[in-house]
Amino acid sequence: MTETETDLKPASFTDEAAIARLKRRHRAEQRFRAYGLVAIGIALAFLVLLIVSIGSQALSAFSHHKVSFDLTLEEEIVAPEGPGATEVIEENVFGFYKLVREDLAATFPEAEGSKRLKTQLNGLVTRLAVLPMARATAHHPERIGETVTYQAALSDDLDLYLEGKVSDEIRLRGETISAGERIGPSRIRLIGDFSELAARRAATAPPGDTDERSVLVRAGTAVMRAEAVEDARVSGPLLTGNLSAFEGARPQIRLIETPQSERNVTDRQVAWTLALREMGRIDQGLNWALVTNADSTYPEIAGVVAAIVGSLFTMLVTALLSVPVGIAAAIYLEEYAPRNRVTDMIEVNINNLAAVPSIVFGLLGAAVFLNLLGLPRSAPLVGGLVLGLLTLPTVIIASRAALRAVPPSVRSAALGVGASQTQAVFHHVLPLAAPGILTGSIIGMARALGETAPLLLIGMVAFVAEVPSGPTDEATALPVLIYKWSTGAERAWEPNTAAAIVVLLLFMILMNAVAVFLRRRFERRW
Amino acid sequence: MTGMMGTDAEAMSKAGSVAGNETKVDCRNIDVYYGDNQAIFDISMDIPARAVTSFIGPSGCGKTTFLRCINRMNDTIDTARVEGEIFMDGEDVNSPKIDPVLLRSRVGMVFQKPNPFPKSIFDNIAYGPRIHGLTASRSELDELVEESLTRAGLWAEVKDRLDQPGTSLSGGQQQRLCIARAIAVHPEVILMDEPCSALDPIATAKIEELIDELRQRFCIVIVTHSMQQAARVSQKTAFFHLGELVEFDDTENIFTNPQDKRTLDYITGRFG
Repeated sequence: MTETETDLKPASFTDEAAIARLKRRHRAEQRFRAYGLVAIGIALAFLVLLIVSIGSQALSAFSHHKVSFDLTLEEEIVAPEGPGATEVIEENVFGFYKLVREDLAATFPEAEGSKRLKTQLNGLVTRLAVLPMARATAHHPERIGETVTYQAALSDDLDLYLEGKVSDEIRLRGETISAGERIGPSRIRLIGDFSELAARRAATAPPGDTDERSVLVRAGTAVMRAEAVEDARVSGPLLTGNLSAFEGARPQIRLIETPQSERNVTDRQVAWTLALREMGRIDQGLNWALVTNADSTYPEIAGVVAAIVGSLFTMLVTALLSVPVGIAAAIYLEEYAPRNRVTDMIEVNINNLAAVPSIVFGLLGAAVFLNLLGLPRSAPLVGGLVLGLLTLPTVIIASRAALRAVPPSVRSAALGVGASQTQAVFHHVLPLAAPGILTGSIIGMARALGETAPLLLIGMVAFVAEVPSGPTDEATALPVLIYKWSTGAERAWEPNTAAAIVVLLLFMILMNAVAVFLRRRFERRW
Repeated sequence: MTGMMGTDAEAMSKAGSVAGNETKVDCRNIDVYYGDNQAIFDISMDIPARAVTSFIGPSGCGKTTFLRCINRMNDTIDTARVEGEIFMDGEDVNSPKIDPVLLRSRVGMVFQKPNPFPKSIFDNIAYGPRIHGLTASRSELDELVEESLTRAGLWAEVKDRLDQPGTSLSGGQQQRLCIARAIAVHPEVILMDEPCSALDPIATAKIEELIDELRQRFCIVIVTHSMQQAARVSQKTAFFHLGELVEFDDTENIFTNPQDKRTLDYITGRFG
């Protein structure tokens, strides 16, 4: 025994230093827990913010307004080459749009004679929005010659207006109008109690001399714009309908905050839209076009289906390339390859490849697959190959980790009963590593699904209005479509972009769910 | 205690005196290296057939390494290099003509930790016979599985749940399952690497009983840390120290009359 040993006293639980140490330790632990909670809280908050902001934006894209038309399908207009020529009917945008225009002109005769108003009126429904009715007629040629009710999507800007996305509005229920009179060719004056409107208008007036905000007064299907507002009367142009509709009615009044010059919809178009809605001809419904249509230059009829199919073909090629090659490479490196300088270098380079920016893979794809090998541009085949190369290192790394996690005792056991190396790997190691390999592969694929940059470089950003029928057709992919839509000039692309993001996220969640399911399923076996 | 220093050669000559038993595995001048480190120094040994030979010695003395030379399991370690000759029934196991895979079907192995495949009990036993094509029909395979499990003393306990995973058995049962798996391919030699180190005394007793029965048909080599176990189950004992074979003799002689001081110190608990 030495002296130092005799100096040692047993640890005390009661002296002050010990208690202070203990308290410090507890504080450190609680501090660390707090840090963790804060970190998780921040992550969750961002996630919720993302989902709420995208979801709320996308919501307006998932529902849209449709106008119904009672159209008499005259054969010479809708089927110029006879009811048997279904392809001609299907593509006959011109004929069906003519019927729609005529119907609108008949409903709103005030546009007659003015080219400017005609253009505005025809702007209620875009040309290509009649395609669904052309297709429906082609499928039911027996309807030709009869009067049929068809629906067409309301123009995107008016759709946004009805959803309140164009401008803030003050809405009032006016007092009963005692009388109305004509004061010009198209100007009218309404007599009644408009004091509330006058007061609200004055109270909310923007700074400056002129108040450019529009006041629309509607009674039934008649709408006038009140340009001069006084307590006892308003006057201004009659936008649509008959003066008689106002007399004795309590009007609906809208004060549209954004001046006409700063929005894409005119007061006249708003008036027509409100009148159509009053006639019961506007329905709000799910925007199936978004999931059943291909891309279009008009946001109200643009859809994601071509991009989904393009993405699926791309993922198919990616999976066929990266999964077998990746797993085979991982098995060789992990189970067979000798440990030497060459394999070390290969390992380092695989890790490096996983960190290479995806755009570099895009350049490689453009240089090798397009220029050198002459594969078709904008095709999922090339996109899939590029994304496959991009995913390969991820799959290899994940598979190697999964193989390494299999206890060596399993290999020894197999070798011990006289299995060859290959038998040991394929009968015992691989089945045990399969859940990990699958998970790694699917997560790698999910990453590839969201890649945009490499696809831009190989031309998958092309405008594709047709659903691709094979991996060598021109196609685009979901993330590229999102990129393209987000750069669209019209306001309506905004909710559409959000909706496409929601679709992409759904696919990602689906893939990750499959990964989790497969892992659980295979692991549960023993 | 004064040492009765004996040379390896003397020990060897003693080993030859086990009555009525021919040599099964004949090891000549074995050296094993792990990279630049030499783990086994010039060991020669005759392992008798139909007997239990035990390897004892402190940790890291090379018992397991030497054991793994016999079925060439060291081949699976990249850095390991084996020199010297090992003859099994006169055939050089390291000759290029011998396929290590076939060799391992003739020299079965049981590992320190029970390592059943994560498959059913039946498939655990049937795996070896299947890959070697030992049975022609399902009924033959059933018979072989039953026979192996019976011989490993496990049949009664598992016959009603052959389709349950091997990993659901208790530790001792798992180890007997591994022994059954090893004998199912009808090996000539069974190598056991500390088969009881992870088991409780009752399971150990069962395994020891089993080893005693198996020695009627197989040449068994067992590595053990328990000198009592070596004394109980083996007919011959080899004492390893620092990669050298210090003494190899009939078990009785090793424990009652060791020739080397290091052996005496070890069995009396002075080191190790």
